[in-house]
Amino acid sequence: MQKTLTTTALATLLALGATAASAEIRIGASVSATGPAAFLGDPEAKTLEMLVEQINENGGINGEEIALTLYDDGGDPNKARTFATRLIEDDEVVAIIGGSTTGTSMSILSVAEDNEIPFISLAGAIEIIDPVKPFTFKTPHTDRMACQKIFEDMQKRQITTIGMISGTDGFGASMQAQCKDVVGEYGITVAADETYNPTDADMTTQLTKIRNTEGVQAVLNPGFGQGPSIVTRNYRQLAIDLPLYQSHGVASDGFIELAGAEAAEGVRLPGTALLIADQLPEGDPQKPVVDAYKTAFEEKTGTSVGTFGGYAHDAFLILTDAITRAGSAEPQAIRDAIETTSGLAGTTGVYTMSADNHLGLDLSAFRMLEIKGGEWTVVE
Amino acid sequence: MKLSAKSSTLLVLVVLILLSPVLFPSGYYYRVGALIFVNAIAVTGIVILTGYAGQISLGHAGFAGIGAYACALAPVHLGLHPSLALVLGAAISAVLAWLVGRPILRLKGYYLGVATLGFGILISMILNNERQLTGGPDGMEVPDLGLRGLLRDAGLDLTNGQFWYFFCGIVLIAAAWLALNLFNSPTGRALRALHGSEVAARTVGVDVARLKLQAFVISAVYASVSGSLLALQNKFITPDVAGFMHSIEMVTMAVLGGVGSVLGAIFGAAVLTLLPQVLTVFAEYEQLVLGLVMMLVMIFLPQGLLPSILRKVRGKDE
Repeated sequence: MQKTLTTTALATLLALGATAASAEIRIGASVSATGPAAFLGDPEAKTLEMLVEQINENGGINGEEIALTLYDDGGDPNKARTFATRLIEDDEVVAIIGGSTTGTSMSILSVAEDNEIPFISLAGAIEIIDPVKPFTFKTPHTDRMACQKIFEDMQKRQITTIGMISGTDGFGASMQAQCKDVVGEYGITVAADETYNPTDADMTTQLTKIRNTEGVQAVLNPGFGQGPSIVTRNYRQLAIDLPLYQSHGVASDGFIELAGAEAAEGVRLPGTALLIADQLPEGDPQKPVVDAYKTAFEEKTGTSVGTFGGYAHDAFLILTDAITRAGSAEPQAIRDAIETTSGLAGTTGVYTMSADNHLGLDLSAFRMLEIKGGEWTVVE
Repeated sequence: MKLSAKSSTLLVLVVLILLSPVLFPSGYYYRVGALIFVNAIAVTGIVILTGYAGQISLGHAGFAGIGAYACALAPVHLGLHPSLALVLGAAISAVLAWLVGRPILRLKGYYLGVATLGFGILISMILNNERQLTGGPDGMEVPDLGLRGLLRDAGLDLTNGQFWYFFCGIVLIAAAWLALNLFNSPTGRALRALHGSEVAARTVGVDVARLKLQAFVISAVYASVSGSLLALQNKFITPDVAGFMHSIEMVTMAVLGGVGSVLGAIFGAAVLTLLPQVLTVFAEYEQLVLGLVMMLVMIFLPQGLLPSILRKVRGKDE
C-alpha cells in the first residue's frame, strides 16, 4: 500500500513536471488580499485571477497559457520578501506583479532586482521608480502627481491659501509630504496643516482649527479608507463653505456611499477614467479597455470597479503586451519590452515607458472629477 | 558516555542547521530557514523571561523594532558600520529595558502583560509617526551588512539566501548556548526558584526584583538582535516589525513549542514560521488554522509541542 502511494505520488509529480515544461508562462504575484491593506489587495487579486482566466480562454499569449501564482502577503513587507523569493526560486516565475503597499513593493523590488526578474509594482510612492531601477516598473501615478493635479485646479480657481488635513496612515502621510513639497511651485501656501489617525471617528476639532485660520480658501484631505468620509461629513456639519478636495485614494463609489451624496456634493478629486466609464466620449483611447474591464469585473465579482483593481489590470496589460511584442518569455526580453511600451491605453492612463521613465504616465492620466448629485462628473 | 542536556540540545541544533540544506530543493528554503532562525533568537529570549523567570511580556516586538531601526538609522546618521549598529541597538534596548523594567516588573500577571503591551505599542507609534526620521509607515532602507562581499573576496561565494541562513544559524547557536548556560548557572536556578514561588525564593535570599530585571534585559537584547538581523537581511524595514502582532507571535511561538525549553521554543518558531508558507493554498483560512492549532496545543499539550512529544517518546513515567 505504502509503495503504491509513493509510486502514485511520484507519477503525479512527474506528470505535473511534464505539463509545466510544455508551453506555459509563469507569472507571480504577491498582493495584500487580507490585512489592513485589503481594500487595495483584494480587488487586485480578483482582477489578476479574472484576467488570467480570460487570456487563457482566448488561447494565451503567443500560443502559451499563463500560469499565475498568487500569494497574499497581508501587507507585511517581511512576508512579501519571502513570497518574492519563493516566486523566483521555487515557482520559477518570469515576472512579478504586486506589492499593494509601498512597504511590500520596496521589499519585493530588492529581490527582483537581485535576481533580474521584471517587477511591476502597484503602489504609489515615487521611491519605487525614482531613481530608476532596471527591472522595476509601476502602474499607479505617484502621490506627487495627484498633488500637482489638485494644485493645477486650485490655480484655475484663483485659490492661493489652503488648509490641509491628512491621515497619518502611510498613504496620507506620504501624500501630505509630497503636496507640501510641490505646493510652492503653484504659488499656493499651506496656512493650516492638521492630521488625524486613521481610526479616529471625529475630525471636527481639526476642521474647526482650519476654518478659524485666516485666509484659507480651500481644504485638501490626503488620506484613504474611512477617514476622508468622516472629514467630508464633519465638513458639512460645520457648514464650512469652502471647496473641499479629496485625494485619488478615495476615488471609488464607496466614498460617496460612506460620506453620503449630500455631504459629498461639490467635492473634487483627481480620478481615473474608470470612474467615469459611461461618460467617456467615443474615440477616447481609454474607452474600449475601461469598458471591457468594468463590464467583466462587475459581472464576475458583483462589486463595482475601483482605481486599485485598475492598477493590477494595467500591470497585467503591460506585462502581456511586453511578452507578446518580445515574442519570448525570458525575463530579460520581457524587461526590455516593458521599457519600450508605447501608447498603451490602460484603465489608469496611457502608458509610454522609456529607459528613464518606468511609470510612463503624465498628469493627463488624471481627470479632475466633481461629485454632483451623488455621481462623478468631469470638471472641464 | 551520556551527554548533558545542554550539549545534546546544542548538538541537535548544529546538526539540524548543517544538514537541512541537503534537503532543500531550491534557494527559497534558505530564506525560510533564515527567518526561522531570526524568530527563534527572539523566542529564546522569551524562554529566558517567561520560561525561566515566569514573567510575561506582550511588548517584545518593541525591542525588535529598536534593533531593526538602529541598523537602518545609525549607519546613515552616525556613520556606524551596520554590525556596530546591531550592537548599538542591543545596548539601547538593554538600557531601555532596564529603565522600563524597574517600575513595571513590580506588576504581576495581567498588569505586567498590559504594561509591556503599552510599551510595545508606544515604540510602534513612535516609529510610525516620526516620519522625518523613520520614513513612517512606508518604512526605510537598511544598508548592506557587507559581510557577504568579504566572504566572496575570501573565496567563499554564497548566495544571499545561503549567507543569511548560515549567518543567522550561527547567531542562533550562540544565543541558545548562552541561554542554556544561564539555565544551569546560579542565576538560572534562582530564576527558576522565583518562577516556582516568588515568596519562597525571597525567603531563601534571592533578590527577586534584580533577577526579574536581569531576565527582562537579557530577553530584550535577544529581541533586539533578532530585529537587527531581520532588518539587515531584508534590507528594508517598516514599523510592522515593532507591531503588536509580532509581540504576540513571539509569545505564541514560545508557548506552542514549549516555553520552558530552548529547543522547544525553537521548534515552535519553526512550526509557526513554516505554517503560513505551507498554508498559502488556504491563505484565507490561515488565521483560523493557526488559532485552531494554538487551541489544541493549549488544551491537549499544555507544556508545548516538543516537551510533550519527547515525554511520549521516552515513556510517561519519567
